Amino acid sequence: MQYTDYYQVLGVDRNATQDEIKKAYRKLARAYHPDVSKEPDAAARFKEIGEAYAVLRDPEKRAAYDKLGADWQSGQDFRPPPDWDQGWEFRGGGFDGAGFGGFGGDYGGAESADPSQFSDFFETLFGGGVHGGFGGPQGGFGGAERAYRARGEDAHAKIVIDLEDAYQGATRAITLRSAEYGNDGHVQTRERTLNVRIPKGVRQGQQIRLAGQGGPGIGGSSAGDLYLEVEFNPHHHYRVEGADVYLDLPVAPWEAALGAKITVPTPSGKVGLKIPAGSAQGRKLRLKGKGIPAKKPGDLYVVLQIALPPADGERAKRAYEAMKSELDFNPRAGLGV
Amino acid sequence: MRRDIVAVVTGTVVDDEQGIRLAQLCRACGLSVETVRDMVGHGILVPTGGRPGRWRFPADSIRRARLVSRLRRDLEINLAGAALALDLLDRIEALQARVARVEQPTRQKNLFPHRNDHH
Repeated sequence: MQYTDYYQVLGVDRNATQDEIKKAYRKLARAYHPDVSKEPDAAARFKEIGEAYAVLRDPEKRAAYDKLGADWQSGQDFRPPPDWDQGWEFRGGGFDGAGFGGFGGDYGGAESADPSQFSDFFETLFGGGVHGGFGGPQGGFGGAERAYRARGEDAHAKIVIDLEDAYQGATRAITLRSAEYGNDGHVQTRERTLNVRIPKGVRQGQQIRLAGQGGPGIGGSSAGDLYLEVEFNPHHHYRVEGADVYLDLPVAPWEAALGAKITVPTPSGKVGLKIPAGSAQGRKLRLKGKGIPAKKPGDLYVVLQIALPPADGERAKRAYEAMKSELDFNPRAGLGV
Repeated sequence: MRRDIVAVVTGTVVDDEQGIRLAQLCRACGLSVETVRDMVGHGILVPTGGRPGRWRFPADSIRRARLVSRLRRDLEINLAGAALALDLLDRIEALQARVARVEQPTRQKNLFPHRNDHH
């Protein structure tokens, strides 16, 4: 297990005031919030920031953490001294994880549905209370337990697919991790892999609902649902907007000028396309219904990009010279020169 | 660690046509009816159907409601602030899509594409 320097994470002094700690947290939380931030490691950073704040904002936990000493370096191998938390109030309970629970479920891709996503370091030092008092099979609710029934919680995860999967449909495996009580009353990590059939026609941002695949019900009640938010992998050639798909298509100057019949790729296979004569750079041609299929299928837009052949040989140069002398063409006429 | 493998599960796409009922939205997002009503009041969620009993929310509402909940919880902002952030995030996304549209062709529009093959 590695030591984490929570002061360094928040960028504050070891003797920072509670106010300074709060300020530092707020600023970092805005900068690294996974919903707002464009930083590639925002989710991991935000988790670390939240964990640091959970410890440092709480006088008890901060005092206990400080007692470990100031000589530790982040990343250093760490074993807590025996009974290091003796006498602190959070021992064996007290930290309810409120406000910070569900990091994994909210932001993680595959690691969803995990109620407590703190680091090993945090769990070892302060984790006793996170699971305490919830009332597993062996206790907690006491007498009321038998009568208590609740439908399981709905869970959320992301599923990343290729554009082609949306055209053809596909089956994707997704691994979910969650913590739950085993028969002996101890918390155990449960990992399950679902093979999810992706229906043809899904779009970016849509939710796929898997009935009964969410959190388990309590007291014999039914399980919650699992919602998967669909995200597309970026594609080399295609751009997706809703159900419409865009393709930048290079064409030769003579194809654009004289018109041509050419072959273009689409996510559902090659199709023939007629380029009208006199097409300008950037002209958009619509292939109706060739976007993402659905009851109302999207369209595929082909955007013409005129590519110039290089003048790197004698013959090519002669061809350009011929155009120069044959054509009365001033590309800058619009600029008045 | 226990590992379970489930054969194949087929999901249903939450689509705009049917919409999402109030109870389903509350459950899916872990929100109370009051919170959802507040979000409707702030224009964060826009249901059709007039009164709460007949409300149907567009498919995007789960994402929006959960995003707003996270912003409120993690950044300690109120609903109005979260609503503003949501609007701004939507605008940024639309602008980025436009930038991508404009940038992609210019990147390919190098004058002699075949020369690139030698690199």
